[in-house]
Order: sequence, then structure tokens, then C-alpha cells
Amino acid sequence: MEKQKDVFTQNLGKIYLLYTGVFILFIIALGIAEQMGLQPKYIGWTFMFVTVGVYAMIGILSRTAKLSQYYIAGRQVPAVFNGMATASDWMSAASFIGMAGTIYILGYDGLAYIMGWTGGYVLLAVFLAPYLRKFGQFTIPDFLGVRYGGNFARNVGILAAMITSFTYLIAQITGVGIITSRFLGIPFEIGVFVGLMGILVCSVLGGMRAVTWTQVAQYIILIIAYLIPVTVLSVKVTGVPLPQVMYGQVLQKIDMKEKEIITDTKEQEVRDIWKQKAAELDAKIKALPGSLESERQALQSKLAALPADAPAKDREAIEKELKALPKTPEEAKEKWTELKKAAEANAKTPKPYIQPFARMDMKNMLILTFCLMVGTAGLPHILMRFYTTPSVKQARSSVGWALFFIFLLYFSAPAYAAFARWEVLSNLVGQHFSVIPGWVASWAKVGLVSVKDINGDGIIQFAEISLKPDAIVLATPEIAGLPYVIAGLVAAGGLAAALSTADGLLLVIANALSHDLYFKQINPKASVTVRLTISRVLLILVALLGAWVAKFKLAIIVELVAWAFSLAAASFFPALVMGIWYKKATRPAAIAGILVGLGITIFYIIGSRFYGLDWFGVKTVGAGIFGLPAGFITIWLVSKFTKEPPKEIQDFVESLRYPKGALKGDELPPELKGH
Amino acid sequence: MVERTQLQSYWKENQKLTAILLLIWFLVSYGAVFIVNTLNNITIFGFPLGYYMGAQGSIATFVILIFYYAYKMNKLDKKYNVADEEE
Repeated sequence: MEKQKDVFTQNLGKIYLLYTGVFILFIIALGIAEQMGLQPKYIGWTFMFVTVGVYAMIGILSRTAKLSQYYIAGRQVPAVFNGMATASDWMSAASFIGMAGTIYILGYDGLAYIMGWTGGYVLLAVFLAPYLRKFGQFTIPDFLGVRYGGNFARNVGILAAMITSFTYLIAQITGVGIITSRFLGIPFEIGVFVGLMGILVCSVLGGMRAVTWTQVAQYIILIIAYLIPVTVLSVKVTGVPLPQVMYGQVLQKIDMKEKEIITDTKEQEVRDIWKQKAAELDAKIKALPGSLESERQALQSKLAALPADAPAKDREAIEKELKALPKTPEEAKEKWTELKKAAEANAKTPKPYIQPFARMDMKNMLILTFCLMVGTAGLPHILMRFYTTPSVKQARSSVGWALFFIFLLYFSAPAYAAFARWEVLSNLVGQHFSVIPGWVASWAKVGLVSVKDINGDGIIQFAEISLKPDAIVLATPEIAGLPYVIAGLVAAGGLAAALSTADGLLLVIANALSHDLYFKQINPKASVTVRLTISRVLLILVALLGAWVAKFKLAIIVELVAWAFSLAAASFFPALVMGIWYKKATRPAAIAGILVGLGITIFYIIGSRFYGLDWFGVKTVGAGIFGLPAGFITIWLVSKFTKEPPKEIQDFVESLRYPKGALKGDELPPELKGH
Repeated sequence: MVERTQLQSYWKENQKLTAILLLIWFLVSYGAVFIVNTLNNITIFGFPLGYYMGAQGSIATFVILIFYYAYKMNKLDKKYNVADEEE
């Protein structure tokens, strides 16, 4: 372990303060340039290249050839900064772009995500973080390997870490591709490539050390980018720049306006049309494959019936329609079912925004909250950050700082959602279709917003508007009529959120393979140079693999990420907690516990998602509610019936509980020594 | 060297603190969801209280709980002389 501090770690506060100041000046300068006529396109490019350039520069400055720096940043990261790094490691593209939108759509029930993604830090603080820091190795499989002994436990850990982290990684890479392609106007694949360069320059050269200092820089950008638009929105709607306090009034106004919508006859008319559409789609789905064929024939004969002198425009329109038809009956079924669901949702009488359990019942909301909480406390890329603080004491307060920095964003998200909803209700609903605001048209182009005159009365009804969750944060600057520089800032913030999480996840995967698999099991005599080289090569390979998978834009990715929480909750959490809190937990018990927890969770996810399995009406995302207790009970029961762990392991568990003093190295298995 | 019985009572106190904090953690999140309709009858600054707990109240409490835990544990460390870092 390294004791000497360098100039950089001594002056952290000053350096990042200066950095924040320069960044704000940079935003102001761009804002002035925009007023003087700089085109939006160049503002987008400047934001992307300057921020990614900064991350790359931090990566180059933090390059290292030392193991302890590469894996755990030399254990020199003070509590506050580890908190900031953890916050941006944690907050992904989904938190930054999707959270406010999810609340916009789900109302009260969406708060399950707010509580679920924060409450896990309490579990982390009291059950895991201080003890993992005392243990003080490199990875989470390290802990399982040492505590329970043998490679099997370690390998189960590697497997669980890979499953959870890789699905998450693909979602981040997809996020990077969407943001860069939309704001730079370049193809998705090239956007992904640009983002990957930003991720890799950092992690490959400097490992955990570089990733940590970049994540701090990314946090500062993402929090500024989140708070500025919502504050301006608050001023616009209420006149006071305190969105987190002021949106209470807006909730009341939303509630009143929604009551009007529920009874409005024009709204009812639109809802009836949606109902009819849903029924038509339903009939079409039932008549597959015949209905697809007859639709194709109808279009073809329409095309053939066109007179020879018909304008080319008409011909193209029909050809386009033909092309858009699903290719196979399976594809048609999937596409039409999705449309049917959307139509059914629009056909329902809207439930008030703040009314509880309108979109999810209480049981499922509680279960979802629980799975997200425990899953958060079981995700390896978060857990490993607590190896990097200088002491147990700092690990404890570091969890508090992490949640505080996350809190700054999460407690503004419901305000964001409420203001956006109010803007839509007050400035969009009831307008004439001829005066649709510009932002609707520009975001309709990318499919995030759609407004159609369903009943043909020329007036926009609430039931005629559909917004995708991602639209809320991305479109808010335009909804509020802010200069383009703010839109560029939001994009840079979203990119920072996606990149910082991707970096952490990449490290988990590469370290599990290079450290836990190669060094601990295949070649324990490997030199430092060989270990670092392998880790760096793996980082590049895993990143490329992730980008390759992201290219397919699989719809299942979003769902996989939600499942990752249940999987992490049911696999890692019981084995880690029992390993620390229950001295007599044995190796067979831990292995059985992880496999049973993981097995039941996967069984329920696949069963309920694809084969209609239903236990007590629990939704697929809540699968962890079965796996988690099963994991705990299995560990406890099997421990009762297997031989007690050896005394040195029990002493080792005991020594984890007291911050002071070295682990009792002499009595420990050989793999614990030698670092 | 710290006495073994001393260490045991350090661990007992830690367990007790953990249990109390988790109880609060449970009440402000799950408990508040459970009685949200009752809480919504109370309105503060325009916020129905039940909604407020889910959106802001619970997570603000979480932050306080963790800092309080760190503060209490640091004191315990000193009391039992097991702190790993001197001020």
C-alpha cells in the first residue's frame, strides 16, 4: 500500500473548484458566442469535444503502471471525492435522461425508482461498505474467494459480476450512441466509437485511478447540466429559482387541470377513437397471418390502380407504406401488439398524476422498491468503489457523501417531471394544431414526441399527445424556450452520466477476468507488467464487444437492466452480508445460496416474461423478491448442516468488524497474504 | 490490546444502532407507501405529504441516516479504542 501522497491528491479541492469555475465560464462564453451568431451545430460539437477531451486528458495525466493504483487508486481517495465518483459511477444514462420522464409518465408510482435507487445506500452503509474496506482487496469475487475459500465461490462471483455488469454496459454504450448521434448529427455507430474512445483513453491508461478522477469531473458536469434547466423552468413557471420547493404548487395546478380533462367531452371523444383503434388492432392480430397478407395485397392493388400520370409523390407514399409493413407474421404480431397496448393506454380515462397506485398496485410498488434497493447494494461496480478510501472511517462517511451527491439530482427529478407535465397541460393541450410549438416538431422527428389530430377537430387534446420518457429531460430546454447552449449542456451531462457508469462497469468485468480468473487461478506467478497488460487488453476487447452488441439496438436491453437489479440482489447480497454478519456461514452454504437465489430469480424472470408464470401477481421486475429470501435461508440452513468454517476463517470474519489493526495475516489462507 | 469482552460489546452496540437505523429506513419508505392515502390528506407547501415522502422525504432521511451512522460509529470506535485513523 502506498502512503506518500502526490501534489495532486493534496490539492484536490482547489483543482476541482478551479475546474468547476472554468467549466461555468466555458458555458457562459458559448452562450455569448451563440448570441453573436454561432450556429447550434458548432455548439454541440464544441461541447462534445471539449468534455470528452477533458476526460481523455485526465486519463493521460493519471496513467499508472502500479498495481495498487490501477486496481484501487492507491487507496488515496478521500471520502468526499469517493462519494462524488460513486455518484457518477452510479447515475447512468437512465438516471440522467430517463428518471424524470419515468415519473412524468408513472406519477406517484414512478417514485419507486427514486426510493429504490437511493435506499440501497443505507443497506450498503450499515451492512457492507465499512467491512469490505477493512477487508481491503481488489475485487468483490476476491472477498467471496477469501471468506468462503476455494475457487468455486470466487468463480460464482465472477459469473454474477459479468452477467449484471455486461447488460448494464450495453445500455450505457447505447446511451452514448444516441446522445452523440443526435447532437452531432453523425451515424449511431460512429457516435458509439467516439464515446468508446473517451471511455478507453481513461480506463486503459490509468485503471481505477484515472476512472476515479474522471468520474469526479463527470459528476460536476452532469449535476450542473441537470440543475440549470430545471431551475430556469421553475423561474418560468413560478418565478422562484427553487424547483425542489416550488413544484408543490404546480402539483396542485396539475391536479385541477387533470380533473377538467377527465370530464371534457372532446377528450372523451378521442379516448373512444383510441378504444376503437385498439379493437381493430386486436382483430388484425387475431387474424394473422392472413391479415398481414391482405394488407399487403390491398396496398399493391392500390399502387397498380394509380393512373400512369399520377404524381410521383403519391406513388412514393404507397411504396413507403409497403416497405414499412412487417416482414413476417411474428414481426407483425410484436409490432401490432405494441401499437395495441399504446392505443389501450390512450383509451383509458387518465388517472390523476399524484394519485397512488394508479399504474402499479401497492404490492408491486413495494416489491419493486425493495428489489431496486437491495440490488443497488449488491452491484459490484458500486461496491468496489469502497475499496479505494484511505480508511474504514472514510468508507463510512463516503457512503453518505455518495448518497448526498445522488440526492442532489434525484430530489430534483420529481420537480423536473412536474414542471414538464404542467408545461404540456397548460401550453400544449387546448392549442390549435396550426400553432404547435417548435419543440414538438423537432422531437417528433426522432420519435420521442408525437401529436396527432385523432378526432380531426384541429385542437390538441391530452389524449392525442404521446411523450417517450427520454423526451422530458432532453426536450426541456426547448420546451422552456432556452438558448441552444443549454440543450448542448444537457447533452454533455447525459454523455457524462453514461460514460462514467460505463467506465466503472468495464473495470469490473476486466478486473474479474484479469485478477480473479487469470492471476488468482491460472497464473499466480504473473508479473505486474503481464497482469496490467492483460487487464488493459481485456478492457479494449470487452468495450468492443459491448459496442458490437449495442449496434443491434435490441429492445430487450432496457428490460435486462431492470432485471440486473433483481439478479444482483439475489446473488451477491445474501452471500456478502452473511459472510460478514454470520461467522458460521460455510462454503457449501454460500455456493448453494448464490446458486439458489440466482436460479429462482432467473426462473421467475424467464417464466413470467415469456411463459405466463405468475406467483402472487408479482411482476417480472420484482423477481428478486423470491430469490433474495431463498438465498438467505439457503445459506443459513446449509450452514447448520455442514461443518463449521475453520477457526482462522471465523477469526478473519471477526477481525473485519473492528476497524483497527491488521487482519490476522498469520492465521489466514495463503491467498490473503502477499499484497 | 483490546479485551475480547470489550470487542463483543462494541459489536453489540453496532448491531443495536444498525437495527434502529434500519427500522427508520423501513418506516420512511415502505411505511409511508403503505399509508400514503392517509398522509395525502395533509398538505404542506402544496405537497400532499404522502407524495412528498416518496419524492423527497424518504431520500433526505436516508442521507441523514448514513451520516448519523458514520458519526456514531466513529464515536464508538474511539470509545472502544478500535479506530483505524487518528484525527
